[in-house]
Amino acid sequence: MLEIRNLQAGIEDKPILKGIDLSVNAGEVHALMGPNGSGKSTLASVLAGREGFDVTSGEVLYNGNDLLDLAPEERAREGVFLAFQYPVEIPGVNSAYFLRSAVNEVRKHRGEEELDAMNFLKAVKAKMKELGLNEDFLKRPVNAGFSGGEKKRNEILQMAMLNPKLAVLDETDSGLDIDALRIVADGVNRLKRPDNAQLIITHYQRLLDYIVPDFVHVLHDGRIIKSGDKSLALELEEKGYDWLVKEAA
Amino acid sequence: MSTVATTDPATTPVEAFAQLEQNGVELMPLRKAGLARFSESGYPTVRDEDWRFTNVKPVAELPFHLVLVPLGQAIGQEQLTSKTFDQLDADRLVFVDGHFNADLSQIGNQPSGVTVTHLASSLAGLEREVGSLSGGDDNPFVALNDAFFTDGALIQIGDGQRLAKPVHLLFVTTAGEDGEAAHIRNWIDAGANAHGTIIESHLSLGKAATVTNVVTESRIGDGANIEHIKFQDLSKRAFHLASLHSELGRDARYVFHSVALGARLSRNNLRLRLAQPGIECVLNGLYMLRGQQLADHHMIVEHAAPRCDSHEYFNGILDDQSRGVFHGRILVQPGAQKTDAKQTNKNLLLCDDATANTKPQLEIYADDVKCTHGATIGAMDDDSIFYLRTRGLDAPTARRMLMHGFAGEIIERIRHDAVREELDALVWDRLEAEHQLH
Repeated sequence: MLEIRNLQAGIEDKPILKGIDLSVNAGEVHALMGPNGSGKSTLASVLAGREGFDVTSGEVLYNGNDLLDLAPEERAREGVFLAFQYPVEIPGVNSAYFLRSAVNEVRKHRGEEELDAMNFLKAVKAKMKELGLNEDFLKRPVNAGFSGGEKKRNEILQMAMLNPKLAVLDETDSGLDIDALRIVADGVNRLKRPDNAQLIITHYQRLLDYIVPDFVHVLHDGRIIKSGDKSLALELEEKGYDWLVKEAA
Repeated sequence: MSTVATTDPATTPVEAFAQLEQNGVELMPLRKAGLARFSESGYPTVRDEDWRFTNVKPVAELPFHLVLVPLGQAIGQEQLTSKTFDQLDADRLVFVDGHFNADLSQIGNQPSGVTVTHLASSLAGLEREVGSLSGGDDNPFVALNDAFFTDGALIQIGDGQRLAKPVHLLFVTTAGEDGEAAHIRNWIDAGANAHGTIIESHLSLGKAATVTNVVTESRIGDGANIEHIKFQDLSKRAFHLASLHSELGRDARYVFHSVALGARLSRNNLRLRLAQPGIECVLNGLYMLRGQQLADHHMIVEHAAPRCDSHEYFNGILDDQSRGVFHGRILVQPGAQKTDAKQTNKNLLLCDDATANTKPQLEIYADDVKCTHGATIGAMDDDSIFYLRTRGLDAPTARRMLMHGFAGEIIERIRHDAVREELDALVWDRLEAEHQLH
């Protein structure tokens, strides 16, 4: 599904990603771990198409096509979803209006019928219930004045509604207490299917108590220095990152 | 339609004044004092601190032409249908060029204890009241209004009474000649625990460079709850000067909204005195300008009693060479403890040539208060655009949504459902039709 080959990217002249190779297949959950500054969020940004990052080398294939060639909205319509580390507050834009517009853009692209207000509400309310979000949530402006936990749950709600093939979750666990973490993780797990994949970016192992990855990769200084199964995450929890960094050096 | 004998228009302040004397001798002291003040001050200039960013020279240079008697031109209901709020379930007072038009107005059954009429019909007993709230103001346009106002709304809501329907004050200008000026005076008196919604709109039926100069005095009683929505959508050549002078009672709630879309130049002076404890006051405004338009909101909110809240929210969308001006002075007097004053002014510049001047000013003489202010001027936020794009919306749709949201933030504070919905749709259409998305 996703094939990253020797990806090198940075901001202005500062290289951040120094050659990433990563394959994600349908049905798989990958965790990308690493210390601060290792390039985790840069990778998420490059995959989603944020401006300001220059790809200097390598390629990213998504279902065999060049992902980097697509505008952010085209990636979204093709089924790539980024859950933001810091979801943006958009005062004045009603959540229901925003989400229905987004869902219908994606549906239109897939050749599916657009949802009318009634059917949209039915669908979104069911998902909101699963995520423990109040109904007044839909009437509020997007993320404006939301608590940290509400923002993260809103990301998962959007993900559930957009039904992506490849979901990239950028530090979705940061700022969550244990209850919120469990709700968010349940939401993510519920979306797992044989035909989609998840790339979970996290600093800490604790999210992986709830979302069990098939593969764990460690990113350091813009390169993946070790890959393994879920036991690698536990090892990192115990020993930290330093031993790996030394090993790689 | 009533026909009116036309008299020669007055072309100087002194001639006009001689004509006014015939309209009511009780008001002459107020008028004379106003004329004296104006003769002394003349029009303000950009050398006056309060008018630094708003040059009214184009107003001063217009021919001086008061509309002291209704212009001959007949206005029919058909010219008002399809105008904003025409379908609103409300009582309606219509003023044409500053003169009440009974044929176009409809007042339904308001409860006894509520008076909704035009000021000129019921001045008896009010001669001493009119001018008492605006009296301390040195704004030359208030002085001109004192001297020359013809009419305006009179709304009195007795203690414990509520307006059965919102009252819509519709001010239209029909003038075909540049400089034709209507001076309008509104008097609003809401008693203790009175409730009501008042809508004030200003529209042009002609295209001339007309002047409307409105002074509104309002006394909002103890525990009263009043929402006042002002909608200014005059022609792009018109000039609009307005001032609101409001005195609020204990635990009163007063929400004033200003939606300024029209006029070549508009100025809203808002003067609120919170002299009783427990008042909650919201000033909420949206200006959307293009071409050479200028809109100025100039506020002074005086906290003179403890435990009052005042919140100001003003958003501007500025296109082309337009200019938005915001001046917000919050004065917290000694003793006004537990004041909660908040002020924000956000300006979205759609074009490099657009200008925003914003001047928050906090003057605090009490020590146990919460006062915040913030102002932003800039283009649309890239992070927000990116966020929306990652959800499948293309860039133009994302920008439109943000622009709509920027306006929506203000519109959604309007509590009256039908008014809010109508303005929301109107603003959306306007943004779609008139503002370029760069």
